[in-house]
Amino acid sequence: MAYELNGQTIEHDEEGYLTDLGQWTEDLAAILAKDEGIEMTDEHWEVVNFLREYYDEYQIAPAIRVLVKALKKTMGKEKGSNKYLYTLFPYGPAKQACKIAGLPKPTGCI
Amino acid sequence: MQEETIKKFMYMNRKAPYGTIYALEALEVVLIGAAFDQDVSLAFLDDGVFQLVEGQDTDGIGVKNFSPAFRALGDYDVTKLFVEKESLEERGLSPDDLMELVWEDEDDDWAEKPSIRIVTRDELKSILGDQDVILSF
Amino acid sequence: MSILHTVNKSPFQKDDLKSCLAHANEGDAVLMIEDGVYGAIAGTAASQDISNAKAGVYVLGADLAARGIAQDKVAEGISVVGYDGFVDLATEHSAVNSWL
Repeated sequence: MAYELNGQTIEHDEEGYLTDLGQWTEDLAAILAKDEGIEMTDEHWEVVNFLREYYDEYQIAPAIRVLVKALKKTMGKEKGSNKYLYTLFPYGPAKQACKIAGLPKPTGCI
Repeated sequence: MQEETIKKFMYMNRKAPYGTIYALEALEVVLIGAAFDQDVSLAFLDDGVFQLVEGQDTDGIGVKNFSPAFRALGDYDVTKLFVEKESLEERGLSPDDLMELVWEDEDDDWAEKPSIRIVTRDELKSILGDQDVILSF
Repeated sequence: MSILHTVNKSPFQKDDLKSCLAHANEGDAVLMIEDGVYGAIAGTAASQDISNAKAGVYVLGADLAARGIAQDKVAEGISVVGYDGFVDLATEHSAVNSWL
């Protein structure tokens, strides 16, 4: 299973998560988002970039409540809330946003 | 109304990080289990103390270096990592050889506080005796 | 509160039994199962650690028999139990710690 982008083949698992997160690009993120039915805005990118930075530092995709807490700390109360994240990523922020960010599925996320 | 009972959960780590899958699996269980709002602590003893050694670089062995994830434990409200002094000494290690792990106290203006507590074997023994659930890896 | 510890590795191969005995409190029980039962043999390199232990020490009879270890080979102070005894030990203690 693979995504096709500019003639390049990018492998993913049965749920659509990238096999090699080193292959992630912003163009690919746009394709992944489209598959999820999401139109990427600056707010979406803010969360996706945050997740990528988190993964880069800790080598794990954060659980949703950890993501909320971290966003609250860096971006304030309004953005650090479940409600805000679900507005951006209706089918589960950890799941959808992580997939778009090219990260593995968060540990413990079913 | 049902009273929520908080149990004391201890994850005991006794294996070195890369020779077997135990250490990584234990860490994943801790991260998953953190969602259940229990009183969680970790113990590192025997070869488990090698998991916390600073400066791990797995590029040459084609295995993921999962040690940075220990730095995320504070975000998961896992703030008690007991490391056995005797196990360190037997392996020629001192606390200075370990990663500096901290957690941020939200109630104290995000002040950084150390997560690692060096304890003697006897102290660890009594901490173990105090637990409701012990999971050994 | 007290703990039932189980050890399933031979003490001649791994240090699990030694470490378990060193971390067991008075009132705890240590039960040797599977290859752990080799630790119950009298007069071995493991015997000293066992006789110094504060916890009660037990061994599972079925695993001894499977390995051809007669019960009269078991060191003094170690009680041989069946699966029913294993269950009793698990219920008598508030937590179980399986040393892996």
